[in-house]
Amino acid sequence: MNSQSIINQSKSPLAWSDLLFRINQTWKKIRGFFELLWASPTAMIGLAMVLIWVFLAIFAPALTRYSPLEQDYKNINKSPSAEHILGTDHLGRDVYSRLLFGARTILLLGPLSVVVALIIGIALGLPAGYYTGWLDEVIMRILDTFMAFPAILLYMIIISALGPSSMNVVIAIAIGGIPGIARLVRALTMDIRTREYVKAAKLRGDSDFTIMVREILPNCRGPLIVDFLMRIGYAAFYIGTLGFLGLGLPPPTPDWGGMVQEGHTHMMANIWPVLSATLAIVSLVVGLNLFADGLREESMRYQ
Amino acid sequence: MSSEIILQLENLAISYKTRKNIINAVRDVSFSIKRGENLGLVGESGCGKSTVAYSIVNFLGPNGFVQHGNITFKGQPLQNKPEKELRQIRGADISMVYQEPMSALNPSMRIQDQMAESLITHRGMGKKEAYSEVLQALKQVYMPDAEGTMTRYPHQLSGGQQQRVLIATALLNNPSLLIMDEPTTALDVTVEAAVLDLIAELQDRYQTATLYISHNMGVVARVSHKVAVMYAGEIVELADASTIFHKPLHPYTMGLMRCLPDVDSPKGTRQLHPITGRVPSPDQLPVGCIFSPRCEFAQAVCLEGHPLLEQITQDHQIRCFRATEWQNQKPTFSEEKLAEPCHSNKIEPTQPLLGLNDVKVYYPVPFKTVRGFLGLEKRQYVHAVDGINFQVNKGRTLGIVGESGCGKSSIARAIVGLESIFGGKMEFVGLDISKPISKRSIATIQQMQMVFQDPNSVLNPSYCVGDQIAFTLRRFRSVPKNQIQSEVERLLLAVKLDESYYYRMPRQLSGGEKQRIGIARAIASNPGLLICDEPVSALDVSVQAAVLNLLLEIQTKQDTTMILISHDLSSVRFFSEDVAVMYLGKIVEIGDCEAIYKPPYHPYTAALLAAVPRPNPDLPASHVRLHGRVPSAVNPPSGCRFHTRCPFKIGDICEAEEPLLRHLSENHSIACHLTGDQLCQITI
Repeated sequence: MNSQSIINQSKSPLAWSDLLFRINQTWKKIRGFFELLWASPTAMIGLAMVLIWVFLAIFAPALTRYSPLEQDYKNINKSPSAEHILGTDHLGRDVYSRLLFGARTILLLGPLSVVVALIIGIALGLPAGYYTGWLDEVIMRILDTFMAFPAILLYMIIISALGPSSMNVVIAIAIGGIPGIARLVRALTMDIRTREYVKAAKLRGDSDFTIMVREILPNCRGPLIVDFLMRIGYAAFYIGTLGFLGLGLPPPTPDWGGMVQEGHTHMMANIWPVLSATLAIVSLVVGLNLFADGLREESMRYQ
Repeated sequence: MSSEIILQLENLAISYKTRKNIINAVRDVSFSIKRGENLGLVGESGCGKSTVAYSIVNFLGPNGFVQHGNITFKGQPLQNKPEKELRQIRGADISMVYQEPMSALNPSMRIQDQMAESLITHRGMGKKEAYSEVLQALKQVYMPDAEGTMTRYPHQLSGGQQQRVLIATALLNNPSLLIMDEPTTALDVTVEAAVLDLIAELQDRYQTATLYISHNMGVVARVSHKVAVMYAGEIVELADASTIFHKPLHPYTMGLMRCLPDVDSPKGTRQLHPITGRVPSPDQLPVGCIFSPRCEFAQAVCLEGHPLLEQITQDHQIRCFRATEWQNQKPTFSEEKLAEPCHSNKIEPTQPLLGLNDVKVYYPVPFKTVRGFLGLEKRQYVHAVDGINFQVNKGRTLGIVGESGCGKSSIARAIVGLESIFGGKMEFVGLDISKPISKRSIATIQQMQMVFQDPNSVLNPSYCVGDQIAFTLRRFRSVPKNQIQSEVERLLLAVKLDESYYYRMPRQLSGGEKQRIGIARAIASNPGLLICDEPVSALDVSVQAAVLNLLLEIQTKQDTTMILISHDLSSVRFFSEDVAVMYLGKIVEIGDCEAIYKPPYHPYTAALLAAVPRPNPDLPASHVRLHGRVPSAVNPPSGCRFHTRCPFKIGDICEAEEPLLRHLSENHSIACHLTGDQLCQITI
């Protein structure tokens, strides 16, 4: 009884200090990340550009007076005015409102498709790099066939087969991203698996799955984060492109690519829908790329 | 030796810019090198040795710069010289030899072309003329088959030959100053010995002033006339070689000597004395004497003021407040007694724990032709380990020594099961362990653990230290769940670290600390056999001693059986009871440690022993030297595998017949065709 209570007494502060440590560790990681950010003006500018869009997308209902779908036939193709900040399109819909709600779609679908690609890419790349041999050959040759198609062609094939919907856009972009991510993970795994801590894990009889997930995957995170950010930029770009080709979200959903597509026939009369949607795509993609590039440069500077 | 001063550094201070601040890496360094003189710059890693060398040739990188002080080369200041002029001086009058020969040579250029380059640019020679110069230079460094080497690519040369090419290149323009940055660190001992012989000889012949950087006191003793000991960016002692090695005065210099294992003293007779603590990082220097936190003799005055480098006799400068005291009376270091080995006199054979019977580890050579890929050609193998027998008895330590590529690491990996064996049988306490690890039972896995070589990859950078040790405890269920944390703390204490290390991340640790954690993780499963694969070769000397002491203590306290794999014969002698000498996948000599280190020697063992650099500048160079490279293990030489390099080869029998291990005494066997008497006559 007595010894039991001693163990209990010594146990609870231990558990607390353990929890405190984990929190502290996470906090340190976050702080280290922000220190990295502060040191790189490129990354800061990129992050600011992205955050502006995130802010606008989140508070879109509060920041707009009109619904993005509301059509006003009396005010078609109007230039910017106090009523409509960015004017109206060929159906009399408020361009500013469509832009903000369009940001919601792109900021939701972009990351979502990359996350899907990331999960599948890791699931294929980790075993390929870890086992090598015939498994690696089979996985990589299959992914090579996907890489043989130009990205946009691949997306067009997939969407024409599945039909345009937001779900299918995610699927198409995810499939397009898998080979690249799998290759990156495979290369990192092939390097990390020769480290001695992996041998140590084998020496305690850990299963291959445990070794891959616990020992190897966490050490791939640096390059993967940068790649992830870059890919969101590309995804945004391709969602725009698909929208422009009429393969994006079905109308009347507000979609930047779709706005360019619908607006470009009326461009001579009213340039605002095309111009604002184009600038929106450009600023988001450039912002994400600057952010990723800045992070990569800064984290490699003093090595 | 003339008195012309070639290089003079005065109060040199070098700094590096980082994201947060400016780091003063080197402070107040002054020395001069005369024509024909070799100055050895020694110290632990992180002491600024290479920074000094790079500042001379202005290679400090984008964030390094000389803060103040003068670098004078042949009477001319080198700083603030335009890059164009510097470029003319470099290569023509100042040459450099680097540590990694493979990365210093351009892999896509033939040797003759990359060597001729500096002649063509600096001396405006024609190609033909340059080639004949290059050939001369290669002959001067005793390159075997110099004509053939000319047209080869770097990857076709061995490490020693590559280093010879680099030395020949450095000497091509007959420079006044030669900077050598750890030129032999990446080489095997036998090759290192031959290269050091060459450096010493060339120095006498060409009268080049040399700045020789090394962390190895033994190497510096072999080549240098003067020695400067650097510590944390400052020179702490500067004197001629015999003074430094026979009458050192600075506690740091003495510490560096005391922590070296001695190849001439048997196990148990000599204790290693590590220097406690670690080199402070340049942005957290202690106030007062920079060495005071690690110095046993620090007094109040040492903690307050900063000592200056003072001349105490001619040719002897020292940075210590108590230098004059030491001149009269040598300081006495406090002796730390370790536990008596519980089996020091255990000669009676204990139970065999591990037995290897004709074990073979072969690696398939990838097919290069379509025919081979289709299975029409005979598969070729690298014979890494080719039929090895030995036993390790309980509680004893077996040392396995040999050059790189002799198969010693393959043996280790095969025993623990990381490698599957090609043939033969392995037994561990009667259990068959010939299968790889994935087919072994968890209880067998637990019994055999390994300590690895590279401290930088031994720990997973993503988890804190305690978690990594806890992984092992959880896996083997060594202790109940609620006691894991306290067990980890106990293990940390066992490797001489405190509980606060539980939450440290690997990047916050020094190399020696990482290696200790690696040991703690290995002993966490309470293994019966611990295999140490070069556990200290990547560590600084001062830290090596501490880790070796720790391993020895674990062995004596827990009576663990160990296998120590090392290329360093000194640490093997310090550590093991039995020794096996391997060459190209075969054991050439095996037996009791004392029998191995005394005649009769196998010719290969003799060459290994002769090659060990000893920290004594007065010892003459040995005449037993190996030449050539280790032959390919794909097609090992017929007969005795050592016959291609053996200095004592007797004739055709060596090429035709494979010598078997034969007993010379009860606990000593040698595989050689020489008779016992002939073997006894081999001296080193």
